[in-house]
Amino acid sequence: MKKIEAIIRPEDLDGVRVSLQEKGIVGMTVEEVQGRGRQKGVCLQWRAGEYCVEFLPKVRMDIIVDDKDVDIAIDAVIRAARTGKNGDGKIFIYPVEDIVRISTGERGKEAI
Amino acid sequence: MISRNSMYWSVIMLLLLLPATALAAEESRVDSGDTAWILISSALVMIMTPALGLFYGGMVRKKNALSTIMFSFAILALISVQWVLYGYSLAFGPDIGGVIGNLNWLGLNGVGQEPNAGYAATIPALAYMIFQAMFAIITVALISGAFVERINFKAFMVFSLLWATLVYDPIAHWVWGTGGWLRNLGALDFAGGTVVHISSGVSALAIAFVIGKRRGFGKQAMEPHNIPMVVLGAALLWFGWFGFNGGSAVASNGLAASAFVVTNTAAAAAALMWTLLSWYHKRPSVLGAATGGVVGLVAITPASGFVTPLAAIVIGAVAAVISYYAMLFRSRQNVDDSLDVWACHGLGGTWGAIATGIFATVAVNPAGANGLLYGNPGQFVTQIIAVGVIWIYAFVVTFVLAKLIDATIGLRVHDEEEAVGLDISQHAEKAYA
Repeated sequence: MKKIEAIIRPEDLDGVRVSLQEKGIVGMTVEEVQGRGRQKGVCLQWRAGEYCVEFLPKVRMDIIVDDKDVDIAIDAVIRAARTGKNGDGKIFIYPVEDIVRISTGERGKEAI
Repeated sequence: MISRNSMYWSVIMLLLLLPATALAAEESRVDSGDTAWILISSALVMIMTPALGLFYGGMVRKKNALSTIMFSFAILALISVQWVLYGYSLAFGPDIGGVIGNLNWLGLNGVGQEPNAGYAATIPALAYMIFQAMFAIITVALISGAFVERINFKAFMVFSLLWATLVYDPIAHWVWGTGGWLRNLGALDFAGGTVVHISSGVSALAIAFVIGKRRGFGKQAMEPHNIPMVVLGAALLWFGWFGFNGGSAVASNGLAASAFVVTNTAAAAAALMWTLLSWYHKRPSVLGAATGGVVGLVAITPASGFVTPLAAIVIGAVAAVISYYAMLFRSRQNVDDSLDVWACHGLGGTWGAIATGIFATVAVNPAGANGLLYGNPGQFVTQIIAVGVIWIYAFVVTFVLAKLIDATIGLRVHDEEEAVGLDISQHAEKAYA
């Protein structure tokens, strides 16, 4: 089992959700975050002149999948979130030791 | 049915008329239309102070939102009481040497339901008093834009009370009080360009020098946390300003209508100009449009009872240009007048007071005077004298007062309190849970 942590553009969130759902992946946890990469920050206007914000809003999503579904999930995220420009985000993959479904007590793959 | 209804109504009408006719004999000088307009105007000006809290509050960081709103709200409470106890007497009481009112009207002693012909012959003296109270309140609150995000609340309250007493009350007396020396000199200030805006704007600069910069000023971005709140505040300020300027006719008449029209026109011209300036430099800015509207209102304030609508367009548009570039200039200096009270009110008020000396015409207000454009350079000179005097007095007294409070109570919060934000450190509350 793996945790796929994807940091994406906020506006791509729903596209990514649909793309994952088409591959049968429905569960995910989503959080609004701020971050910084090659896209860097953005300069906004004060009353006169401007100021620069060094962090941009992004969405971080956690998706847990079976080992065999990892590449499918990654492809689904990329298909919906890639523009080819700086700021598209990153995907991190972590091993997951165990999972417990709270409502039933199921463990491991059964609980995905 | 009809006859029974009309009979019913005639009885009610008679009942309503009986006490009214009895009173009319005693208070014939009070005009009901004038009184109604001034009371409504007082309420309009009252809402401007909490509105200023929203206007300022949206521009600071989230951790200081409540603190900034509280500056205005606390002043509404504090100065309302100060004004009734002794402020009105100092500002408008019987004159002592053209400089200050005496204490005969302490606790509103003798300020009653009868008019005081020296100020307003057709409304109760109490109505004039409460209208003026709202001006004193907002003037003190305006200064708070200079020291947001770092002042100690106790020091703020003491400063505000002393500033109202030592700066506002004397200046209001000089310009508007019977026997006031600037009034006798012939300086024109319809609704408070010098008394309200120059005094608060220049004082803001003085206290900004004393209290020093916010931590991280010029190094980290200080984001306005809620621009819709700024726009709401600006809209309520614009709304209230109809009472501020229109009510300064102290009558429900053509001059009030004229002041109302030029007020709206100048605000609009300035909002438009500020939007264009920001567009020229980057994008049409919402924060800029809201700021521009307020700056236009500031500039038309002293002129609102003396100028035509076309002059109002010039006054508003030029005010926006002056304040816009003054803000750019100020932000490059080492002084943190955080919400640019000096650039908006100090310079907006200065331009407005000088513009009054240029564009004033007796065609609008026979009780006023002609300005430079209408062949009276003398008025222009008088306006500049009044501006200079208020600049110097407000700056010097505020600077000394701020130094004294800093040496005794301490103006600033500790670094840690500033870092965590004034909402939590000064009020033990959070704006957004």
